[in-house]
Amino acid sequence: MFVLIPLVPLLGAAVNGLIGIRWFSRRAVSVTAVGAAGLSFAAAVAAFAGLLRSTEPVVIKTLFTWVPATLVRTAAGGSASLRLDFAFRYDSLAAVMTLVVTGVGLLIHIYSVGYMAHDKSYARFFAYLNLFTSAMLVLVLGANLGVMFIGWEGVGLCSYLLIGFWFEKDAAANAGKKAFITNRVGDLGFLLGTGLLVYALGTVDIAGIAAAVEGGSLPKGTATAAALLLFVGATGKSAQIPLYTWLPDAMEGPTPVSALIHAATMVTAGVYMVARLHVLFSFSGTALVVVGLTGAFTAVYAATMGLVQTDIKRVLAYSTISQIGTMFIGLGVGAYAAGIFHLVTHAFFKSLLFLAAGSVIHALSGEQDMRKMGGLRGRLPRTYRVFLVGALAISGIPGLSGFFSKDEILASAFASGNYAIWGLGLVAAALTAFYMFRLIFLTFYGEERFPAEAGLKMRESPPMMLVPLRILAILAVAGGYVGLPSVLGGGDWFGRFLESSTGVPKARPEAMTEVLLMIGAAGVALAAIGAAHAIYVKRRGEPARRFAARFPTLARTVSRKYYVDEFYGRVFVGGVFVLARIADWIDRRVIDGLVDGSARLARGVSRLAILFDEGAVDGAVNGIGRLHLNASSVLRRLQTGRISHYALAVVLGAALVITIAVTVF
Amino acid sequence: MIPIEAVIVLGLLLFAIGTVGVVVRKNLVVMLMSLELLLNGANIVLVGLGRFLDSPRGSIFALFVIIMAVSEAAVGFALVLAYFRQKKRYDVDALDELKG
Repeated sequence: MFVLIPLVPLLGAAVNGLIGIRWFSRRAVSVTAVGAAGLSFAAAVAAFAGLLRSTEPVVIKTLFTWVPATLVRTAAGGSASLRLDFAFRYDSLAAVMTLVVTGVGLLIHIYSVGYMAHDKSYARFFAYLNLFTSAMLVLVLGANLGVMFIGWEGVGLCSYLLIGFWFEKDAAANAGKKAFITNRVGDLGFLLGTGLLVYALGTVDIAGIAAAVEGGSLPKGTATAAALLLFVGATGKSAQIPLYTWLPDAMEGPTPVSALIHAATMVTAGVYMVARLHVLFSFSGTALVVVGLTGAFTAVYAATMGLVQTDIKRVLAYSTISQIGTMFIGLGVGAYAAGIFHLVTHAFFKSLLFLAAGSVIHALSGEQDMRKMGGLRGRLPRTYRVFLVGALAISGIPGLSGFFSKDEILASAFASGNYAIWGLGLVAAALTAFYMFRLIFLTFYGEERFPAEAGLKMRESPPMMLVPLRILAILAVAGGYVGLPSVLGGGDWFGRFLESSTGVPKARPEAMTEVLLMIGAAGVALAAIGAAHAIYVKRRGEPARRFAARFPTLARTVSRKYYVDEFYGRVFVGGVFVLARIADWIDRRVIDGLVDGSARLARGVSRLAILFDEGAVDGAVNGIGRLHLNASSVLRRLQTGRISHYALAVVLGAALVITIAVTVF
Repeated sequence: MIPIEAVIVLGLLLFAIGTVGVVVRKNLVVMLMSLELLLNGANIVLVGLGRFLDSPRGSIFALFVIIMAVSEAAVGFALVLAYFRQKKRYDVDALDELKG
């Protein structure tokens, strides 16, 4: 029955996109879209309940054979029969992902009904949103890399469509293109990795890959190469170094899109994929270290950029990059369940933060610059409360969901002995707490910096938007308790539930160490919040300004995002332009020369043919005609039409005949 | 007994007169009449030579010619009548549709 989970939103997208766009009222559109998301969520819950009761940890459902069995040559020199089924795989990992995607998706669908109420392309928006949900579910349910790739590309397409949703705006259209093209770079890696696995193993089935790796039929080097190529795909989709630059620009899309696609679900596809192929990554070892280091560096690097952004959504975008980096830290130290755990809690609190930011933006009629906010605590109290919950959760304050998942990751990193990765993770956590509360203090505290008339028409958002926010706030608080670690009296239910699909984590720290680590992390977070309070509330941002004045080069470099966009623009975009110019030159000079030359030759030949045609052929035809014309103009005079002339001719002719007859015979 | 030369000369004369009549006259009726003269010139020669050679063949030929001449006259006058009805004239100069 879990096959219904991705099919219902697909149906919703088809109905809204093909019929609703022309003939549905706004109400009908929203009922269709939210209904499809709701049904999908219900199916996910039902499938989850079924999985809990059943003894089978993995259910595979084949819809049809996509590519019939074909013999492929493999690296070993033999041939394997490659067969691709359009199959879905439902296990504990898929269950977690479908619940997150459909659950958060449903809340964001409901929120969008309020947020997009005045948009003119209402049906288009919901058709895209449903299509995205469906593609994401295909991605997480795919039983082989082929089906997964359909979803992988589908979410990329929907991301492009939704970032460029307001395509009349140049910035939005360009951001969409940037996201799509950057993702293509990653997708190439994914495809190459898949191809390498086909070549090495002759299968792309997830179970088949795991069996082959565990059976020892894969050389370590090939495994590393395949895993790294797949990870390139993950860096594109999940916005990690070096392919992260598209995500901040993606904030040009509508805020619910930022929450659903660019925070909660699509960008975590890379994390999911690595966890799904954990056998391959663990076997390689090297690839796992690369994953962990990439995650750690991205976590810190993106967090530093989040410190100086002034656009409320861009702060959250950098925060997303940083948090996904944290998830990759978890994966990189072999704690796959911890990475997925953070993925889940992050989906709750980050979509909460995005939607709450959307509520702020909505109240300020589209203003996103935090320098023009301030003092909103009294005016938007409900939004402020949920925002604060989200910020506390992401900062890792004890008792909220972010604390449990982040500490799970940091504890695993510490236990694995990668102290550098652990240290970077801790720094990222401190920076996260700092920039989140910088955002809170700049937005909700201090003096009001928005124009007076904006204050007059400011309204708290409608219940349609606030109810999903409250539900997400509850989840952001309570969501962590499913993975309550054993040292705190819990049973780490989440980790054990995932063991059937992501394996048993290698190392756990001593209970005492774990508690110390927790206290340390919480202390660091509280200290960072305190520092933010001291700088941005007590002294109104003065130390930050003084710091920027003292080190202008550093401040400028960070606020210009380390000039990476400029560097990519110069090297890759510029490089493409240079290549295009060379190709253009070759085209004009060489290819066009050849084409023109052959054309000139053909023209010369045809001119000769014309001469022959006009001179010889036409001359003959016309000559014959003219001969007849001339002859007839003489001979026609004989035919006078006078009967007497004819009679005379008859008589003379008879006389001639008789004369000849008489004289000859 | 009329000498055969006289008969042949008469026949030739009639034939010549008929020929000239057909060739030079423009009135269609006169042309048909000249045609009769022409044919009857031939008939006289045929009959005369038949008597001279004491053979019935000449007369039989003449008889055929007369039958043919009658039919010719009938068809000819019918054509002249149709022509006259159409053009309101009966001189042959109007019949120049076949002029090349």
